[in-house]
Amino acid sequence: MEGETPLLDELEKGRWPSFVKEIKRAAKKNKAALDLLKVQELSYKDKITHWKHGGIVGVTGYGGGVIGRYCDQPEKFPEVAMFHTLRVNPPAGWFYKTDALRKICDIWEKYGSGMTNFHGSTGDIILLGTKTENLQPCFDELTEAGFDLGGSGSALRTISGCVGPARCEWAMIDTLDITYNLTMEFQDEIHRPRWPYKFKIKISGCPNDCVAAIARADFTVIGTWRDSIRIDQEAVRDYVEKGFDIESVVKKCPTEAISWDREKGVLNFVAEDCTRCMHCINKMPKALRPGLDRGATILVGGKAPIVKGAYLSWVIVPFMKMEPPYMEVKELLRKIWDWWDENGRTRERLAELIERLGLKQFLRDIGLPAVPQIVYRPRSNPYVFLRR
Amino acid sequence: MARTDIGPPNYRDMLPEIIKRNYGKWKYHEIIRPGVLKHVAENGEELYSVRVGSPRLVSVDFIRDICEIADKYCDGHLRFTSRYNIEFLTDKKENVDRIIEEVQKLGLPVGGTGNCVTNVVHTQGWIHCHSAATDASGIVKAIMDELYDYFVSMTLPAYVRIAVACCINMCGAVHCSDLAVVGVHTKPPKIDHEKVSALCEIPTTIQSCPTGAIRRHPDPNIKSVIVREDLCMYCGNCFTVCPAMPLADPEGDGVAIYAGGKVSNARKPPMFSRMIVPYLPNNPPRWPEVVDVIKRVLEVYAKNARKHERMGEWIERIGWEKFFKLTGIPFTEHHIDDFTHAVETFRTTTQFKW
Repeated sequence: MEGETPLLDELEKGRWPSFVKEIKRAAKKNKAALDLLKVQELSYKDKITHWKHGGIVGVTGYGGGVIGRYCDQPEKFPEVAMFHTLRVNPPAGWFYKTDALRKICDIWEKYGSGMTNFHGSTGDIILLGTKTENLQPCFDELTEAGFDLGGSGSALRTISGCVGPARCEWAMIDTLDITYNLTMEFQDEIHRPRWPYKFKIKISGCPNDCVAAIARADFTVIGTWRDSIRIDQEAVRDYVEKGFDIESVVKKCPTEAISWDREKGVLNFVAEDCTRCMHCINKMPKALRPGLDRGATILVGGKAPIVKGAYLSWVIVPFMKMEPPYMEVKELLRKIWDWWDENGRTRERLAELIERLGLKQFLRDIGLPAVPQIVYRPRSNPYVFLRR
Repeated sequence: MARTDIGPPNYRDMLPEIIKRNYGKWKYHEIIRPGVLKHVAENGEELYSVRVGSPRLVSVDFIRDICEIADKYCDGHLRFTSRYNIEFLTDKKENVDRIIEEVQKLGLPVGGTGNCVTNVVHTQGWIHCHSAATDASGIVKAIMDELYDYFVSMTLPAYVRIAVACCINMCGAVHCSDLAVVGVHTKPPKIDHEKVSALCEIPTTIQSCPTGAIRRHPDPNIKSVIVREDLCMYCGNCFTVCPAMPLADPEGDGVAIYAGGKVSNARKPPMFSRMIVPYLPNNPPRWPEVVDVIKRVLEVYAKNARKHERMGEWIERIGWEKFFKLTGIPFTEHHIDDFTHAVETFRTTTQFKW
């Protein structure tokens, strides 16, 4: 290996941990990892990818979960001529016991390249690179160890949620339980692609949105509350006495709902002006806490630019209680999928379809009321199709 | 016969005991030093989390290494964050320093909390992707080597989220990050007519093009398509449905740089990232031109933004015209949007700065 990959060797230097060291580590035990290293070096030299468009490979009974991948130089790099990837659905919140992780490591050492992503961008455990004949036995052992595949293609993708009530005082909903419950309910939708395109669900416990649900999910669940935030005035004063710059926090309140009365040492708060953005709570977690009437805002449509441009998710239900077994949200999801499946074109994401047919039509068909919270402002043109 | 549809392991079986005891009962948290969180429960119990940077693309032996630390100090539990950081969780304060010592022995940084540059969300790049216009792990490594000090400290006006995507499919939150690097193709697809007729469905291929640039081949004897190059914006959607139309090109491929996006609802609503540099060539292994722009913008932000202001909030307050002036990045006609949401970005007021 020494000296064979001069370009990649550059990336072993520097303070940030090196993925090149990791590939080399795997390459000591595994021929595919060694070829992977060499293909990557060639890409660095040629400035082009050496992976071909995927093929259809998979495991019995599933239509997804495996990404087929072939090298465009199979003679030169026979060990990665086939280099398929398994997406493995992680436990909600990415919590692990080490014995579960070790099992995955052992299985992957036996059947694959020994290289992984912890995790992929959607949140799956990515087992990077194996041959077609290894897919089924690898999958069989994974399920023996209690793991299953995640979503790929035109299916429901692996659902992800933030750390939630497991370790966050701001979790307004049980993100882990919702993630797990929906994942178990929709196993068929995850494993057998049948829709116009991909569909993503992400669940954040509060408006800080630590899993980027609003930007990256077709169906976005964000925890929120309806009553007033809770203020511990004693704790506020304690912050200030310790030199905390409370004015800088108050100044940034987007609706001027809070003000600091220095004389009295009281943080004034107008609950009806608050839009629950989390700013002041984030800055003073010991003194300020979210309210107690908790639920979620449901939004739809978030996605990256391909094809018609990027969208942030749009509010469709300003507030929904989220209690197990989450029937209301499941019913809403099924209605949305039916509508999208019925009306969507190939490779048309939900947002693009809603833009094409109109949010008004979407709300009517799904049976959701039009309320002012779902728009910033009403229309400015007179072109209304009145239904008399 | 293997079992199917068993789903992932139940998260409840993976939680440390202290979390099981205090699930949903956390009162507040504080960052006691960069990379170390202390969560306090209603009953006074304390949980310490040591956050550690990871290169994401790791060997199984790396996972075994961190398992060993978790076995020693965390009763065999650990978790990962949505940005690939590893978190060691312990209810024993005295274990914090020991964990830090052990991870540093492995060469891993402790940080990624508070007003820092945390780990870079990114995609596969040349390591695995067929549509990559650049590598991802390599750019991330080059950027984080340079920004390392910002990962292990908390000195910025607010936190800064960076993302790297190897093509405009953007399999990462690139379109809503404070700073983002996106691989771009700049040449139209090279059509292999023989392969098109063998591999591709012509109507689907034609329909896939958002600008209507793909037409049937004028010669009826050739079952293929042509691309009107003046209409092609190199999005690669056709390549996804038709493998016989690759766009990758060693000379044409490169990256664009974006700034000012966010997903959090704190203060200003979530914002899209906006293009600040339309194109830089691929220059592996360290993409120095890219790293230079990222670092320059970060440092101008660090110096000029007010406390609590995210990159995009700062730019919106001072105005984009001022942003280009302060950073020295040239504004060109390519910065003016001409796609679907273009008109929303045109200025409809006499208010602007010089």
